[in-house]
Amino acid sequence: MNILVIADHDNQELKETTLNAVDASLKIGGNVDLLVAGENCDAVARAAAKISGVGKVLKADNPAYRNQLAENIAPLVVELAGEYSHILAASTTNGKNILPRVAVGLDVAQISDVTSIESSDTFKRNIYAGNAIATVKSTDSIKIISVRASSFDKADLSGDASIESIDHVFDAGLSSFIKEELGATDRIELTSARIVISGGRGMQSSEGFELLHKLADKLGGAVGASRAAVDAGYVPNDMQVGQTGKIVAPDLYVAVGISGAVQHIAGMKESKVIVAINSDKEAPIFQYADYGIVADLFDAVPEFESLV
Amino acid sequence: MKVVVMVKRVADPNVNIRVKEDGSGVDLENVKMAINPFCEIAVEEAIQLKDKGQAKEVVAVSVGGKDSEDQLRTALAVGADRGILVEAERDLEPLAVSKLIAKVLEEENPDLVILGKQAIDSENSQVGQMVAALMGFSQGTFASELTLKDGEVEVTREVDSGLQTLSLKLPAIITADLRLNEPRYASLPNIMKAKRKPITTVSAEDMSVDITPRIQTLQVEAPTDRKAGKILSSVKELVEKLRTHEELI
Repeated sequence: MNILVIADHDNQELKETTLNAVDASLKIGGNVDLLVAGENCDAVARAAAKISGVGKVLKADNPAYRNQLAENIAPLVVELAGEYSHILAASTTNGKNILPRVAVGLDVAQISDVTSIESSDTFKRNIYAGNAIATVKSTDSIKIISVRASSFDKADLSGDASIESIDHVFDAGLSSFIKEELGATDRIELTSARIVISGGRGMQSSEGFELLHKLADKLGGAVGASRAAVDAGYVPNDMQVGQTGKIVAPDLYVAVGISGAVQHIAGMKESKVIVAINSDKEAPIFQYADYGIVADLFDAVPEFESLV
Repeated sequence: MKVVVMVKRVADPNVNIRVKEDGSGVDLENVKMAINPFCEIAVEEAIQLKDKGQAKEVVAVSVGGKDSEDQLRTALAVGADRGILVEAERDLEPLAVSKLIAKVLEEENPDLVILGKQAIDSENSQVGQMVAALMGFSQGTFASELTLKDGEVEVTREVDSGLQTLSLKLPAIITADLRLNEPRYASLPNIMKAKRKPITTVSAEDMSVDITPRIQTLQVEAPTDRKAGKILSSVKELVEKLRTHEELI
Protein backbone atom coordinates (compact mmCIF):
# COMPACT_ATOMS: atom_id res chain seq x y z
CA MET A 1 0.00 0.00 0.00
CA ASN A 2 1.13 3.52 -0.79
CA ILE A 3 -0.22 6.36 1.26
CA LEU A 4 -0.09 10.07 0.49
CA VAL A 5 -0.46 12.54 3.35
CA ILE A 6 -1.22 16.17 2.55
CA ALA A 7 0.85 18.34 4.87
CA ASP A 8 -0.82 21.28 6.61
CA HIS A 9 1.42 24.34 6.80
CA ASP A 10 1.63 28.09 6.25
CA ASN A 11 4.72 28.03 3.98
CA GLN A 12 6.94 28.61 7.01
CA GLU A 13 5.97 26.02 9.57
CA LEU A 14 4.70 22.50 9.33
CA LYS A 15 1.55 22.18 11.47
CA GLU A 16 1.83 19.56 14.16
CA THR A 17 -1.45 17.99 13.06
CA THR A 18 0.50 16.63 10.08
CA LEU A 19 2.43 14.44 12.54
CA ASN A 20 -0.87 12.99 13.76
CA ALA A 21 -1.95 12.30 10.17
CA VAL A 22 1.35 10.48 9.53
CA ASP A 23 0.82 8.44 12.70
CA ALA A 24 -2.63 7.41 11.39
CA SER A 25 -1.02 6.47 8.04
CA LEU A 26 1.59 4.31 9.75
CA LYS A 27 -1.27 2.50 11.50
CA ILE A 28 -2.75 1.68 8.09
CA GLY A 29 0.68 0.42 7.07
CA GLY A 30 2.69 0.74 3.87
CA ASN A 31 4.80 3.44 2.29
CA VAL A 32 3.97 6.95 3.39
CA ASP A 33 4.76 9.95 1.20
CA LEU A 34 4.06 13.53 2.14
CA LEU A 35 2.87 16.31 -0.15
CA VAL A 36 3.99 19.83 0.69
CA ALA A 37 2.23 22.19 -1.71
CA GLY A 38 2.89 25.87 -1.15
CA GLU A 39 5.07 28.77 -2.18
CA ASN A 40 8.63 29.19 -0.91
CA CYS A 41 7.93 26.24 1.34
CA ASP A 42 11.46 24.80 1.52
CA ALA A 43 11.60 25.01 5.30
CA VAL A 44 8.34 23.07 5.53
CA ALA A 45 9.58 20.38 3.15
CA ARG A 46 12.77 20.04 5.20
CA ALA A 47 10.77 19.73 8.42
CA ALA A 48 8.51 17.17 6.76
CA ALA A 49 11.52 15.10 5.68
CA LYS A 50 12.38 14.61 9.35
CA ILE A 51 9.13 12.83 10.17
CA SER A 52 9.86 9.18 10.95
CA GLY A 53 8.21 6.74 8.59
CA VAL A 54 7.96 9.13 5.65
CA GLY A 55 9.47 7.66 2.45
CA LYS A 56 9.68 10.82 0.39
CA VAL A 57 8.44 14.37 0.49
CA LEU A 58 6.87 15.72 -2.68
CA LYS A 59 7.34 19.46 -2.86
CA ALA A 60 5.12 21.50 -5.18
CA ASP A 61 6.37 25.05 -4.95
CA ASN A 62 4.31 27.58 -6.89
CA PRO A 63 2.42 30.85 -6.23
CA ALA A 64 -0.81 29.00 -7.13
CA TYR A 65 -0.43 26.90 -3.97
CA ARG A 66 0.52 29.71 -1.58
CA ASN A 67 -2.83 30.05 0.19
CA GLN A 68 -3.91 26.40 0.10
CA LEU A 69 -6.82 27.26 -2.21
CA ALA A 70 -8.79 24.04 -2.67
CA GLU A 71 -9.51 24.83 -6.32
CA ASN A 72 -5.76 24.65 -7.06
CA ILE A 73 -4.48 22.05 -4.59
CA ALA A 74 -7.19 19.42 -5.21
CA PRO A 75 -6.34 18.88 -8.92
CA LEU A 76 -2.67 18.50 -7.98
CA VAL A 77 -3.55 15.75 -5.49
CA VAL A 78 -5.80 14.08 -8.07
CA GLU A 79 -2.91 14.15 -10.54
CA LEU A 80 -0.66 12.38 -8.02
CA ALA A 81 -3.34 9.97 -6.76
CA GLY A 82 -2.74 7.18 -9.29
CA GLU A 83 0.12 5.75 -7.26
CA TYR A 84 -1.69 5.67 -3.96
CA SER A 85 -4.22 3.47 -2.17
CA HIS A 86 -4.95 6.05 0.54
CA ILE A 87 -4.88 9.84 0.68
CA LEU A 88 -4.96 11.38 4.13
CA ALA A 89 -5.02 14.79 5.73
CA ALA A 90 -5.71 15.98 9.25
CA SER A 91 -9.22 17.38 9.51
CA THR A 92 -8.04 20.94 9.93
CA THR A 93 -9.86 23.69 8.05
CA ASN A 94 -7.41 23.15 5.16
CA GLY A 95 -7.91 19.38 5.13
CA LYS A 96 -11.68 19.74 5.30
CA ASN A 97 -11.62 22.29 2.52
CA ILE A 98 -9.43 20.34 0.09
CA LEU A 99 -10.23 16.62 0.50
CA PRO A 100 -13.86 16.51 -0.73
CA ARG A 101 -12.72 18.16 -3.97
CA VAL A 102 -10.08 15.44 -4.31
CA ALA A 103 -12.72 12.76 -3.71
CA VAL A 104 -14.86 14.14 -6.54
CA GLY A 105 -11.85 14.29 -8.84
CA LEU A 106 -11.34 10.56 -8.25
CA ASP A 107 -15.06 9.73 -8.00
CA VAL A 108 -14.65 8.07 -4.62
CA ALA A 109 -16.18 8.62 -1.19
CA GLN A 110 -14.45 10.47 1.61
CA ILE A 111 -14.41 9.27 5.19
CA SER A 112 -14.32 12.28 7.50
CA ASP A 113 -12.70 12.87 10.86
CA VAL A 114 -11.57 9.31 11.54
CA THR A 115 -10.72 8.62 15.20
CA SER A 116 -9.39 5.07 14.87
CA ILE A 117 -7.85 2.87 12.18
CA GLU A 118 -9.28 -0.66 12.43
CA SER A 119 -7.70 -1.99 9.24
CA SER A 120 -6.66 -0.66 5.84
CA ASP A 121 -10.31 -0.22 4.82
CA THR A 122 -12.19 0.02 8.13
CA PHE A 123 -12.30 3.08 10.36
CA LYS A 124 -14.14 4.54 13.33
CA ARG A 125 -15.63 8.00 13.40
CA ASN A 126 -17.94 10.00 15.61
CA ILE A 127 -21.43 11.00 14.56
CA TYR A 128 -24.12 13.01 16.36
CA ALA A 129 -21.63 15.17 18.29
CA GLY A 130 -19.86 12.10 19.62
CA ASN A 131 -23.06 10.54 20.97
CA ALA A 132 -22.51 7.60 18.64
CA ILE A 133 -19.44 6.01 17.10
CA ALA A 134 -19.72 4.42 13.67
CA THR A 135 -17.42 1.72 12.30
CA VAL A 136 -17.35 2.12 8.54
CA LYS A 137 -15.76 0.17 5.71
CA SER A 138 -14.76 1.76 2.44
CA THR A 139 -15.28 -0.21 -0.78
CA ASP A 140 -13.52 2.33 -3.01
CA SER A 141 -10.18 1.57 -4.64
CA ILE A 142 -8.66 4.79 -3.31
CA LYS A 143 -9.57 5.79 0.21
CA ILE A 144 -9.79 9.49 1.01
CA ILE A 145 -9.59 10.02 4.74
CA SER A 146 -9.48 13.01 7.03
CA VAL A 147 -8.26 12.19 10.53
CA ARG A 148 -9.05 13.77 13.86
CA ALA A 149 -5.59 14.88 14.99
CA SER A 150 -6.30 14.62 18.73
CA SER A 151 -7.12 10.92 18.38
CA PHE A 152 -3.63 10.01 17.15
CA ASP A 153 -0.09 10.29 18.48
CA LYS A 154 2.50 12.51 16.88
CA ALA A 155 4.94 10.71 14.61
CA ASP A 156 8.57 11.05 15.75
CA LEU A 157 11.03 13.42 14.14
CA SER A 158 14.01 11.17 13.58
CA GLY A 159 13.56 10.47 9.89
CA ASP A 160 15.55 11.53 6.88
CA ALA A 161 13.33 11.33 3.81
CA SER A 162 14.29 12.53 0.35
CA ILE A 163 12.68 15.65 -1.09
CA GLU A 164 11.44 15.50 -4.67
CA SER A 165 10.23 18.57 -6.52
CA ILE A 166 7.13 18.19 -8.62
CA ASP A 167 6.33 20.80 -11.20
CA HIS A 168 2.66 20.25 -12.05
CA VAL A 169 0.95 23.60 -11.74
CA PHE A 170 -2.80 23.88 -11.44
CA ASP A 171 -4.21 27.35 -11.25
CA ALA A 172 -7.98 27.24 -11.65
CA GLY A 173 -8.24 31.02 -11.52
CA LEU A 174 -11.52 30.70 -9.62
CA SER A 175 -10.54 32.24 -6.31
CA SER A 176 -7.93 34.58 -4.93
CA PHE A 177 -6.57 35.50 -1.54
CA ILE A 178 -7.32 38.98 -0.18
CA LYS A 179 -6.19 39.00 3.45
CA GLU A 180 -5.98 37.14 6.69
CA GLU A 181 -6.25 38.08 10.33
CA LEU A 182 -4.24 35.70 12.42
CA GLY A 183 -4.90 35.01 16.07
CA ALA A 184 -2.09 35.29 18.62
CA THR A 185 0.74 33.33 17.02
CA ASP A 186 3.11 33.52 19.99
CA ARG A 187 0.92 31.28 22.12
CA ILE A 188 0.89 27.50 22.32
CA GLU A 189 -1.31 25.91 19.68
CA LEU A 190 -4.61 24.73 21.10
CA THR A 191 -4.82 21.38 19.37
CA SER A 192 -1.36 20.23 20.40
CA ALA A 193 -1.19 21.70 23.92
CA ARG A 194 -0.69 19.34 26.86
CA ILE A 195 -2.79 21.60 29.08
CA VAL A 196 -5.80 23.62 27.92
CA ILE A 197 -7.59 26.24 30.02
CA SER A 198 -10.93 27.22 28.48
CA GLY A 199 -13.32 29.99 29.41
CA GLY A 200 -17.02 30.43 28.78
CA ARG A 201 -19.62 33.14 29.09
CA GLY A 202 -18.81 33.27 32.79
CA MET A 203 -15.57 35.11 31.96
CA GLN A 204 -17.79 38.16 31.26
CA SER A 205 -15.31 40.02 29.02
CA SER A 206 -12.05 39.85 27.07
CA GLU A 207 -10.35 41.18 30.20
CA GLY A 208 -11.72 38.18 32.08
CA PHE A 209 -9.79 35.94 29.70
CA GLU A 210 -6.55 37.59 30.81
CA LEU A 211 -6.89 35.61 34.04
CA LEU A 212 -6.89 32.41 31.99
CA HIS A 213 -3.89 33.50 29.92
CA LYS A 214 -1.94 34.15 33.13
CA LEU A 215 -2.79 30.72 34.48
CA ALA A 216 -2.06 29.04 31.13
CA ASP A 217 1.30 30.79 30.85
CA LYS A 218 2.27 29.53 34.28
CA LEU A 219 1.20 25.95 33.46
CA GLY A 220 2.65 26.01 29.94
CA GLY A 221 -0.80 25.55 28.44
CA ALA A 222 -3.05 27.05 25.78
CA VAL A 223 -6.30 28.99 26.20
CA GLY A 224 -9.55 27.90 24.57
CA ALA A 225 -13.14 29.09 24.73
CA SER A 226 -16.72 27.93 24.46
CA ARG A 227 -18.93 29.02 21.59
CA ALA A 228 -20.80 31.34 23.96
CA ALA A 229 -17.59 33.25 24.74
CA VAL A 230 -16.71 33.56 21.04
CA ASP A 231 -20.24 34.62 20.09
CA ALA A 232 -20.14 37.25 22.85
CA GLY A 233 -16.98 38.65 21.25
CA TYR A 234 -14.69 38.03 24.24
CA VAL A 235 -12.19 36.08 22.12
CA PRO A 236 -11.61 35.30 18.40
CA ASN A 237 -13.10 32.28 16.60
CA ASP A 238 -9.83 30.34 16.38
CA MET A 239 -10.04 29.69 20.14
CA GLN A 240 -13.37 27.85 19.98
CA VAL A 241 -13.39 24.31 21.33
CA GLY A 242 -16.35 22.15 20.39
CA GLN A 243 -18.15 20.06 17.82
CA THR A 244 -17.78 22.78 15.20
CA GLY A 245 -14.63 24.38 16.54
CA LYS A 246 -11.42 22.66 17.50
CA ILE A 247 -11.36 19.17 18.94
CA VAL A 248 -8.82 18.85 21.74
CA ALA A 249 -7.68 15.96 23.93
CA PRO A 250 -5.00 17.32 26.28
CA ASP A 251 -3.71 15.66 29.44
CA LEU A 252 -5.46 18.36 31.46
CA TYR A 253 -8.52 20.39 30.45
CA VAL A 254 -9.73 23.10 32.80
CA ALA A 255 -13.21 24.46 31.97
CA VAL A 256 -13.78 27.81 33.65
CA GLY A 257 -17.23 29.42 33.66
CA ILE A 258 -18.43 26.95 31.04
CA SER A 259 -21.85 25.39 31.62
CA GLY A 260 -21.15 22.35 29.42
CA ALA A 261 -23.36 22.42 26.32
CA VAL A 262 -23.35 19.15 24.36
CA GLN A 263 -21.48 20.73 21.46
CA HIS A 264 -18.69 21.95 23.76
CA ILE A 265 -18.39 18.55 25.46
CA ALA A 266 -17.98 16.95 22.01
CA GLY A 267 -14.79 18.96 21.53
CA MET A 268 -13.04 18.08 24.81
CA LYS A 269 -14.41 14.92 26.35
CA GLU A 270 -11.45 12.79 25.28
CA SER A 271 -9.18 14.86 27.55
CA LYS A 272 -7.36 12.76 30.12
CA VAL A 273 -8.28 14.79 33.20
CA ILE A 274 -11.07 17.36 33.19
CA VAL A 275 -11.42 20.06 35.83
CA ALA A 276 -14.48 22.31 36.01
CA ILE A 277 -14.68 25.60 37.87
CA ASN A 278 -18.19 27.06 37.99
CA SER A 279 -20.32 28.92 40.51
CA ASP A 280 -23.43 26.94 39.52
CA LYS A 281 -23.22 23.52 41.15
CA GLU A 282 -25.95 22.23 38.81
CA ALA A 283 -23.93 23.04 35.65
CA PRO A 284 -23.81 19.98 33.31
CA ILE A 285 -20.02 20.33 32.99
CA PHE A 286 -19.63 18.74 36.44
CA GLN A 287 -21.03 15.47 35.05
CA TYR A 288 -17.94 15.17 32.86
CA ALA A 289 -15.35 16.58 35.22
CA ASP A 290 -12.92 14.46 37.24
CA TYR A 291 -12.54 17.34 39.68
CA GLY A 292 -14.97 20.16 40.29
CA ILE A 293 -14.72 23.42 42.17
CA VAL A 294 -17.96 25.23 42.93
CA ALA A 295 -16.78 28.80 43.39
CA ASP A 296 -16.65 32.26 41.88
CA LEU A 297 -14.09 31.91 39.11
CA PHE A 298 -12.76 35.41 39.76
CA ASP A 299 -11.59 34.15 43.17
CA ALA A 300 -10.69 30.59 42.19
CA VAL A 301 -8.57 31.28 39.08
CA PRO A 302 -6.18 33.80 40.70
CA GLU A 303 -5.83 31.46 43.67
CA PHE A 304 -5.09 28.55 41.31
CA GLU A 305 -2.46 30.69 39.61
CA SER A 306 -0.85 31.69 42.89
CA LEU A 307 -0.51 28.06 43.95
CA VAL A 308 1.29 26.77 40.85
CA MET B 1 -29.18 36.97 -9.23
CA LYS B 2 -30.45 33.56 -8.33
CA VAL B 3 -29.48 31.86 -5.07
CA VAL B 4 -29.94 28.19 -4.26
CA VAL B 5 -29.86 27.08 -0.61
CA MET B 6 -29.64 23.52 0.57
CA VAL B 7 -31.53 22.25 3.60
CA LYS B 8 -31.15 18.93 5.40
CA ARG B 9 -33.59 17.30 7.78
CA VAL B 10 -31.80 16.09 10.92
CA ALA B 11 -32.64 15.11 14.48
CA ASP B 12 -33.30 18.22 16.56
CA PRO B 13 -29.95 19.30 18.09
CA ASN B 14 -31.53 19.46 21.55
CA VAL B 15 -32.63 15.83 21.51
CA ASN B 16 -30.56 13.15 23.23
CA ILE B 17 -29.66 10.54 20.67
CA ARG B 18 -29.72 6.84 21.56
CA VAL B 19 -27.88 4.09 19.77
CA LYS B 20 -29.98 1.05 18.82
CA GLU B 21 -29.24 -2.02 20.89
CA ASP B 22 -28.42 -4.16 17.87
CA GLY B 23 -25.71 -1.68 16.84
CA SER B 24 -27.31 -1.01 13.47
CA GLY B 25 -27.62 2.74 13.88
CA VAL B 26 -29.18 5.46 16.00
CA ASP B 27 -32.82 5.28 17.00
CA LEU B 28 -34.69 8.08 15.25
CA GLU B 29 -38.17 6.69 15.92
CA ASN B 30 -40.37 9.39 17.48
CA VAL B 31 -37.41 11.76 17.61
CA LYS B 32 -38.22 15.40 16.88
CA MET B 33 -36.71 16.42 13.57
CA ALA B 34 -35.55 19.87 12.50
CA ILE B 35 -33.66 21.77 9.86
CA ASN B 36 -29.89 21.32 10.32
CA PRO B 37 -28.77 24.45 12.26
CA PHE B 38 -26.06 25.32 9.73
CA CYS B 39 -28.61 25.04 6.88
CA GLU B 40 -30.81 27.45 8.80
CA ILE B 41 -27.94 29.96 8.73
CA ALA B 42 -27.50 29.32 4.98
CA VAL B 43 -31.19 30.03 4.35
CA GLU B 44 -31.04 33.22 6.42
CA GLU B 45 -28.07 34.49 4.42
CA ALA B 46 -29.91 33.92 1.15
CA ILE B 47 -32.98 35.73 2.47
CA GLN B 48 -30.83 38.66 3.63
CA LEU B 49 -29.43 38.92 0.09
CA LYS B 50 -33.02 39.07 -1.13
CA ASP B 51 -33.93 41.69 1.48
CA LYS B 52 -31.00 43.80 0.27
CA GLY B 53 -32.26 43.49 -3.32
CA GLN B 54 -29.15 41.54 -4.38
CA ALA B 55 -30.92 38.23 -4.91
CA LYS B 56 -34.00 38.05 -7.09
CA GLU B 57 -34.99 34.49 -6.41
CA VAL B 58 -34.14 32.06 -3.60
CA VAL B 59 -34.70 28.37 -4.31
CA ALA B 60 -34.50 25.89 -1.42
CA VAL B 61 -33.41 22.35 -2.29
CA SER B 62 -33.40 19.25 -0.11
CA VAL B 63 -32.31 15.68 -0.76
CA GLY B 64 -34.06 13.20 1.50
CA GLY B 65 -37.25 11.37 2.31
CA LYS B 66 -40.75 12.70 1.64
CA ASP B 67 -40.83 14.26 5.11
CA SER B 68 -37.94 16.58 4.21
CA GLU B 69 -40.76 18.67 2.76
CA ASP B 70 -41.26 19.98 6.33
CA GLN B 71 -37.80 21.55 6.28
CA LEU B 72 -38.37 22.99 2.81
CA ARG B 73 -41.57 24.58 4.17
CA THR B 74 -39.51 26.05 7.01
CA ALA B 75 -37.22 27.66 4.42
CA LEU B 76 -40.23 28.92 2.44
CA ALA B 77 -41.75 30.36 5.63
CA VAL B 78 -38.73 32.60 6.22
CA GLY B 79 -38.67 33.83 2.64
CA ALA B 80 -37.46 31.29 0.06
CA ASP B 81 -39.55 31.50 -3.11
CA ARG B 82 -39.91 27.86 -4.04
CA GLY B 83 -38.64 24.42 -3.11
CA ILE B 84 -37.27 21.35 -4.84
CA LEU B 85 -37.29 18.00 -3.11
CA VAL B 86 -35.05 15.28 -4.50
CA GLU B 87 -36.75 12.31 -2.96
CA ALA B 88 -34.53 9.42 -1.93
CA GLU B 89 -35.67 6.33 -0.10
CA ARG B 90 -32.62 5.74 2.02
CA ASP B 91 -29.83 7.78 3.55
CA LEU B 92 -27.40 8.71 0.83
CA GLU B 93 -23.69 9.32 1.12
CA PRO B 94 -22.28 12.83 0.59
CA LEU B 95 -20.93 11.97 -2.88
CA ALA B 96 -24.36 10.74 -4.04
CA VAL B 97 -26.14 13.74 -2.50
CA SER B 98 -23.65 16.06 -4.19
CA LYS B 99 -24.20 14.46 -7.59
CA LEU B 100 -27.96 14.84 -7.23
CA ILE B 101 -27.58 18.48 -6.21
CA ALA B 102 -25.25 19.11 -9.15
CA LYS B 103 -27.98 17.75 -11.45
CA VAL B 104 -30.46 20.21 -9.98
CA LEU B 105 -27.98 23.08 -10.31
CA GLU B 106 -27.39 22.31 -13.99
CA GLU B 107 -31.11 22.98 -14.50
CA GLU B 108 -31.33 25.96 -12.18
CA ASN B 109 -28.15 27.80 -13.17
CA PRO B 110 -27.74 29.75 -9.91
CA ASP B 111 -25.15 32.48 -9.36
CA LEU B 112 -24.62 31.51 -5.75
CA VAL B 113 -25.23 28.32 -3.76
CA ILE B 114 -25.25 28.45 0.04
CA LEU B 115 -25.11 25.37 2.25
CA GLY B 116 -24.41 24.66 5.91
CA LYS B 117 -20.76 23.84 6.62
CA GLN B 118 -21.75 20.46 8.01
CA ALA B 119 -24.75 18.44 9.11
CA ILE B 120 -24.93 17.80 12.83
CA ASP B 121 -25.94 14.16 12.37
CA SER B 122 -23.42 12.63 9.95
CA GLU B 123 -20.77 15.34 10.56
CA ASN B 124 -19.05 14.87 7.23
CA SER B 125 -18.55 18.47 6.09
CA GLN B 126 -18.24 17.34 2.47
CA VAL B 127 -21.28 18.23 0.38
CA GLY B 128 -20.53 21.92 -0.27
CA GLN B 129 -17.00 21.24 -1.42
CA MET B 130 -18.09 18.22 -3.50
CA VAL B 131 -20.83 20.17 -5.27
CA ALA B 132 -18.31 22.94 -6.00
CA ALA B 133 -15.94 20.40 -7.53
CA LEU B 134 -18.67 18.72 -9.59
CA MET B 135 -19.82 22.07 -10.96
CA GLY B 136 -16.32 23.52 -11.37
CA PHE B 137 -17.31 26.39 -9.04
CA SER B 138 -15.15 28.31 -6.61
CA GLN B 139 -15.72 27.60 -2.94
CA GLY B 140 -15.80 29.61 0.27
CA THR B 141 -16.15 27.20 3.15
CA PHE B 142 -16.82 28.02 6.84
CA ALA B 143 -18.00 31.53 5.98
CA SER B 144 -18.57 34.15 8.65
CA GLU B 145 -19.16 37.07 6.29
CA LEU B 146 -19.94 37.54 2.63
CA THR B 147 -20.15 40.57 0.39
CA LEU B 148 -21.35 40.50 -3.20
CA LYS B 149 -19.39 42.49 -5.73
CA ASP B 150 -19.60 42.67 -9.49
CA GLY B 151 -19.26 39.09 -10.73
CA GLU B 152 -17.54 38.12 -7.48
CA VAL B 153 -18.26 37.37 -3.88
CA GLU B 154 -15.89 38.29 -1.09
CA VAL B 155 -16.01 35.75 1.70
CA THR B 156 -14.41 35.75 5.14
CA ARG B 157 -13.70 32.23 6.36
CA GLU B 158 -13.24 30.96 9.91
CA VAL B 159 -9.98 29.01 9.65
CA ASP B 160 -7.81 27.35 12.29
CA SER B 161 -5.40 30.28 12.41
CA GLY B 162 -8.04 33.02 12.52
CA LEU B 163 -9.92 34.64 9.64
CA GLN B 164 -9.12 34.45 5.94
CA THR B 165 -10.76 36.56 3.24
CA LEU B 166 -11.00 35.31 -0.35
CA SER B 167 -12.49 36.67 -3.52
CA LEU B 168 -14.48 34.06 -5.45
CA LYS B 169 -15.62 34.24 -9.04
CA LEU B 170 -19.34 33.65 -9.48
CA PRO B 171 -20.96 31.19 -9.64
CA ALA B 172 -19.66 30.16 -6.23
CA ILE B 173 -20.44 27.80 -3.39
CA ILE B 174 -20.53 29.12 0.17
CA THR B 175 -20.77 26.97 3.29
CA ALA B 176 -22.09 28.76 6.35
CA ASP B 177 -20.38 28.80 9.72
CA LEU B 178 -22.03 29.76 13.01
CA ARG B 179 -21.33 33.46 12.99
CA LEU B 180 -22.50 34.27 9.47
CA ASN B 181 -25.80 35.59 10.83
CA GLU B 182 -28.57 34.92 13.33
CA PRO B 183 -31.48 33.11 11.70
CA ARG B 184 -34.90 34.73 12.04
CA TYR B 185 -38.06 33.00 13.18
CA ALA B 186 -40.94 32.55 10.78
CA SER B 187 -44.06 34.57 11.60
CA LEU B 188 -47.40 32.79 11.68
CA PRO B 189 -48.77 34.60 8.59
CA ASN B 190 -45.61 33.66 6.69
CA ILE B 191 -45.92 30.03 7.78
CA MET B 192 -49.47 30.07 6.36
CA LYS B 193 -48.27 31.73 3.16
CA ALA B 194 -45.49 29.18 2.77
CA LYS B 195 -48.08 26.45 2.45
CA ARG B 196 -49.08 27.89 -0.91
CA LYS B 197 -45.54 28.25 -2.25
CA PRO B 198 -44.61 25.58 -4.82
CA ILE B 199 -42.46 22.54 -4.04
CA THR B 200 -41.43 20.39 -6.98
CA THR B 201 -40.62 16.77 -6.18
CA VAL B 202 -38.28 14.67 -8.29
CA SER B 203 -37.21 11.12 -7.57
CA ALA B 204 -33.49 10.47 -7.07
CA GLU B 205 -33.92 7.20 -8.98
CA ASP B 206 -35.07 9.10 -12.07
CA MET B 207 -32.09 11.43 -12.26
CA SER B 208 -29.62 9.07 -13.97
CA VAL B 209 -27.06 9.59 -11.25
CA ASP B 210 -24.93 6.83 -9.74
CA ILE B 211 -25.91 6.78 -6.07
CA THR B 212 -24.54 3.34 -5.23
CA PRO B 213 -23.17 3.24 -1.66
CA ARG B 214 -19.37 3.22 -1.36
CA ILE B 215 -19.25 2.87 2.39
CA GLN B 216 -20.69 0.13 4.60
CA THR B 217 -21.61 0.94 8.16
CA LEU B 218 -20.57 -2.14 10.10
CA GLN B 219 -21.59 -0.99 13.54
CA VAL B 220 -22.82 1.99 15.51
CA GLU B 221 -22.06 2.02 19.23
CA ALA B 222 -22.50 4.37 22.15
CA PRO B 223 -19.37 6.06 23.47
CA THR B 224 -18.02 5.04 26.85
CA ASP B 225 -19.34 7.68 29.17
CA ARG B 226 -17.15 9.68 31.46
CA LYS B 227 -18.11 9.37 35.08
CA ALA B 228 -18.67 12.47 37.15
CA GLY B 229 -15.78 12.87 39.57
CA LYS B 230 -15.43 14.68 42.86
CA ILE B 231 -16.42 18.14 43.91
CA LEU B 232 -13.44 19.41 45.88
CA SER B 233 -13.71 21.80 48.78
CA SER B 234 -10.90 24.17 47.83
CA VAL B 235 -8.55 25.26 45.05
CA LYS B 236 -5.72 24.16 47.31
CA GLU B 237 -7.07 20.62 47.27
CA LEU B 238 -7.39 20.77 43.48
CA VAL B 239 -3.77 21.85 43.02
CA GLU B 240 -2.71 19.08 45.41
CA LYS B 241 -4.67 16.46 43.40
CA LEU B 242 -3.27 17.64 40.08
CA ARG B 243 0.25 17.77 41.45
CA THR B 244 0.61 14.61 43.51
CA HIS B 245 -2.21 12.34 42.39
CA GLU B 246 -2.35 13.08 38.65
CA GLU B 247 1.20 14.39 38.32
CA LEU B 248 0.08 16.85 35.69
CA ILE B 249 1.38 20.16 36.99
